[in-house]
Amino acid sequence: MTDRQPIFDSVLSQIAPFNKKGVELTEATTFAGDLEWDSLTVMDFVAAIEDEFDIIITMNMQAEIETIGQLVDAVAKLKG
Amino acid sequence: MTDATQARDLFSKFDALIAEREALLATGVRDPFAIVMDEVKSPTQAVIKGKDTILLGTYNYMGMTFDPDVVAAGKKALDDFGAGTTGSRVLNGTYQGHRQVEEALRDFYGTSGAMVFSTGYQANLGMISTLAGKGDYVVLDADSHASIYDGCFLGDAEIVRFRHNSVEDLDKRLGRLPADALKLVVLEGVYSMLGDVAPLPDMVAAVRKHPNCMILVDEAHGMGFFGPNGRGVYEEQGVEKDVDFVVGTFSKSVGTVGGFCVSNHPKFEVLRLVCRPYVFTASLPPSVVATAATSIRKLMHAGEKRAHLWKNSQRLHKGLTDLGFRLGTETPQSAIIAVILTDQTQAVAMWQALLELGLYVNMARPPATPAGTFLLRCSLCAEHSDEQVGQIIAMFEAAGRATGAIG
Repeated sequence: MTDRQPIFDSVLSQIAPFNKKGVELTEATTFAGDLEWDSLTVMDFVAAIEDEFDIIITMNMQAEIETIGQLVDAVAKLKG
Repeated sequence: MTDATQARDLFSKFDALIAEREALLATGVRDPFAIVMDEVKSPTQAVIKGKDTILLGTYNYMGMTFDPDVVAAGKKALDDFGAGTTGSRVLNGTYQGHRQVEEALRDFYGTSGAMVFSTGYQANLGMISTLAGKGDYVVLDADSHASIYDGCFLGDAEIVRFRHNSVEDLDKRLGRLPADALKLVVLEGVYSMLGDVAPLPDMVAAVRKHPNCMILVDEAHGMGFFGPNGRGVYEEQGVEKDVDFVVGTFSKSVGTVGGFCVSNHPKFEVLRLVCRPYVFTASLPPSVVATAATSIRKLMHAGEKRAHLWKNSQRLHKGLTDLGFRLGTETPQSAIIAVILTDQTQAVAMWQALLELGLYVNMARPPATPAGTFLLRCSLCAEHSDEQVGQIIAMFEAAGRATGAIG
């Protein structure tokens, strides 16, 4: 997938304001475990990602996304 | 059995909560989630641990719990029809009283259809899960009540959230959904945590720009108080024609327990056969539906009570604002007034100080609250006297100064 890198970079810049602990970000970084986000932070972050890429990530899809890599894959797929 | 305190089992996920509560209670405070009312004297007064206490956290907005006509109707039904129905609405659990309370709702709301559930929670659970199934979309406010979220999960619909009360966010999200997909937009008239009201005309206009949408409004906290007929915020804001379903409860203004949905949809009655939280549970006891029907009919003519409740709400909002408390809304919007505190320690200290002075309010904490806030939530009653409102403000002043919540 040729446009994965720009999506990855963009996702990282969206995470930055919510990464209060300065956790190092990789494909395998998890939102709940590594970033320690609660459900309210997840809500705000998802809304930011949706607006950035003009997509909808339903709560059903969110339940399947645990890592940054999985989120990038989901965004790439949703953008078609 | 294994050693329940050590072994990892299905309870292990609650360990953090158990530890947090133990640490809190170890400081000597009373448990905010274990209050027992030993005696209830009126809609606004109870005895808790021997102390006369003003109730300011009951959602008993219209004070119907002790209305003599309501109580008499319940007693008569108990005598005539017994203690319970022991059955589902669709089998042996529909008595004359269940039909009468649905008739009262149709009259109150001016709709062709009304369906009564055993609780308000089940009304949302049943309506949302039955309307929106697999492949459909439910679009909901991020601050929606737990029963709305649970209805989404039960129905297996695709769930899309928008930022609380944001018309723009709602519009944008609807625009991104497939045009031919069927969508249920769920809104609330009053949001119960902060007591803020939804901008329904703007939201309805945004929804109507998009195809295949139906609108459900939860008026749990609006019924009785808002609108010329007390139907709710959607009536007060003049969007009755645009709302497809109104869900409500008997456990707030109506003063008993139960839930309902009203609608003008021509196929509404079929829901009685396909709505699992309606079919697979016992119906309300005869005494409950009799009290509800009597109360609903009285609420149609409760203009004076509504005016007094509004006066109480405005006065408490101003009194607490003047004392320096931070409230959930800048202006009084409903009969709910939420006092925002800095953290759990301050919230519990303040809650306990009020209780010791003789005032009961709700303490609310994340995840039930928006944006991780700790709240003391007050809900006024039309039966609170002017004198009681004065006492309430004085108790908040004393408790606020004693705990350092205000300067």
